[in-house]
Amino acid sequence: MDSELRELYQQVILDHNKSPRNFRKIEHPDHFAEGYNPLCGDRIDIYVKVENNIITDLSFQGSGCAISKASASLMSSMLKGKSEEEAKEIFNRFHDLVTGHDISAEEIEKLGKLAVLEGVKEFPARVKCASLAWHTLNSALNEDKNVVSTEE
Amino acid sequence: MHTTTNINNSKGLDIDCIREDFPILNTTVHGKPLIYFDNAATTQKPRSVIETIDNYYTNMNSNIHRGVHYLSQISTDAYEKARTKIKEFINAPSTKEIIFTRGTTESINLVAHSYGMKFFNDGDEIIISAMEHHSNIVPWQLLKTYKNINIKVIPIDDDGNLVIDNFESMFTERTKFLSLVYVSNSLGTVNPVKELISIAHKHNVPVLIDAAQAVNHIPVDVQDLDCDFLALSGHKMYGPTGIGVLYGKEKYLKAMPPYQGGGDMISKVTFEKTTFNELPYKFEAGTPNIEGVIGLGAAIDYINNIGINAIHEYESGLMEYATKALQTVPGLQIIGNAKEKAGAISFLFENIHPHDVGTFIDFEGIALRTGHHCTQPVMDRYGIPATSRVSFAVYNTKAEIDILVKSLIKIIEVFK
Ligand SMILES: Cc1ncc(COP(=O)(O)O)c(C=O)c1O
Repeated sequence: MDSELRELYQQVILDHNKSPRNFRKIEHPDHFAEGYNPLCGDRIDIYVKVENNIITDLSFQGSGCAISKASASLMSSMLKGKSEEEAKEIFNRFHDLVTGHDISAEEIEKLGKLAVLEGVKEFPARVKCASLAWHTLNSALNEDKNVVSTEE
Repeated sequence: MHTTTNINNSKGLDIDCIREDFPILNTTVHGKPLIYFDNAATTQKPRSVIETIDNYYTNMNSNIHRGVHYLSQISTDAYEKARTKIKEFINAPSTKEIIFTRGTTESINLVAHSYGMKFFNDGDEIIISAMEHHSNIVPWQLLKTYKNINIKVIPIDDDGNLVIDNFESMFTERTKFLSLVYVSNSLGTVNPVKELISIAHKHNVPVLIDAAQAVNHIPVDVQDLDCDFLALSGHKMYGPTGIGVLYGKEKYLKAMPPYQGGGDMISKVTFEKTTFNELPYKFEAGTPNIEGVIGLGAAIDYINNIGINAIHEYESGLMEYATKALQTVPGLQIIGNAKEKAGAISFLFENIHPHDVGTFIDFEGIALRTGHHCTQPVMDRYGIPATSRVSFAVYNTKAEIDILVKSLIKIIEVFK
């Protein structure tokens, strides 16, 4: 396999695609949003439980490519136990990572497993796949009532 | 310069020779030779088209229908000659009925707007099908801003055929128009448009045919079909982008108001009143896409030189071969198994998203399309978000299909 392609489809990503974590519905979530990428038809529902500003449970459902599913799965594992502010901070850093902005080794370190998605930066057409779950979470936390779309 | 002579010998088409006409086919992608299977989106252009455009700007450039000077005359001649080529290509009765537009999309918008605004009333109905491209859905919906019309939809079955058993019962005295795709860009279905046109005519309903995916694959004869309008795009038939055609029967075009106002479409202007130019100029406001028109003329020459029947026969062979070959790929499901197909095959894997297929296959040098192909209602009909689609042109080969199949099998291994 080509090395760029191997960077994009790392084993961790293939694993999360095959058996996504937290791929379920939460009954009575505190926050909920639907995300949609009209270009590829990906849809994602994000459910969040928050107690005292801490994300206590986070899950998703929907259909999408390996990149968007793995990103949602990794996000859900990573953000449980974080505060809403921390979650937004991680999203900003993650966004910098996948869009190829300079970020320090220290900051990448903080992203933990999410760093496997760095390969996306070589595939501009796939950045939206990697960030759909995050934009949707953002809108869930902000209680935007609208469906989130990757297209303005 | 290499020319396509003797490509249509007794043994069929000489595809190697045809491939040499398309400079872009020498491109390598990620170190692999390009395999271009995205022809339904746009076809590649033969050297003759590229050189015609180059020659236009090098030796002929000037505005048309305006000057008495030499350049204006030769460019006007070339422009009008292309109109005659189009007329002959679709066997239209008259060049007055050939209007140049930006493409299929603009052709349909022109009819929806001009015909619809004049002849539709609140409560009227128009009929389209469930496999329309968005460009044959949205223009009719936009009309709803002004007219309270109802859009009725001919359904499709599980195999991607139109369900036409009850077609005639869709017509009421309020039915004013039928607008129908000839060949589906996402399913490849060839619709029995001639039969449906004759049923519509029994109810005095005019019919527009979206022939965007038909004209480069099958012979199209507007008099034989007896369609009232036909829309096509140059870039899907080896011509340039930004140029298309609307064919319309003279009696309708005459009755319709202009779509846009400006230069060229008028014969006399005062501040009180404007007299519109005759057909087809009434519908060609402003300086047109001159190099596009002339380039489209060259594309038609190119098709005629090979022969649309020979192209159809060759591509049918590719379709049959590809269908069989794709069916051997484990877990691959073909979406759309209509009785008659042309040009395109859509497929899905249960566990691999089309987007991932598209990225992987790109690294094999293969260009195919993933997504909803501007036919979201078709995706909804089958409950799928997207498909991968291969679509063919005359320069594709069975050897390329073999490479596609091998590459798909490699992808399956990765996602196992
Ligand atoms: C069936 C069909 N109709 C209409 C169109 C729109 O053509 P254009 O974008 O050239 O106007 C397309 C292009 O994809 C098509 O496949």
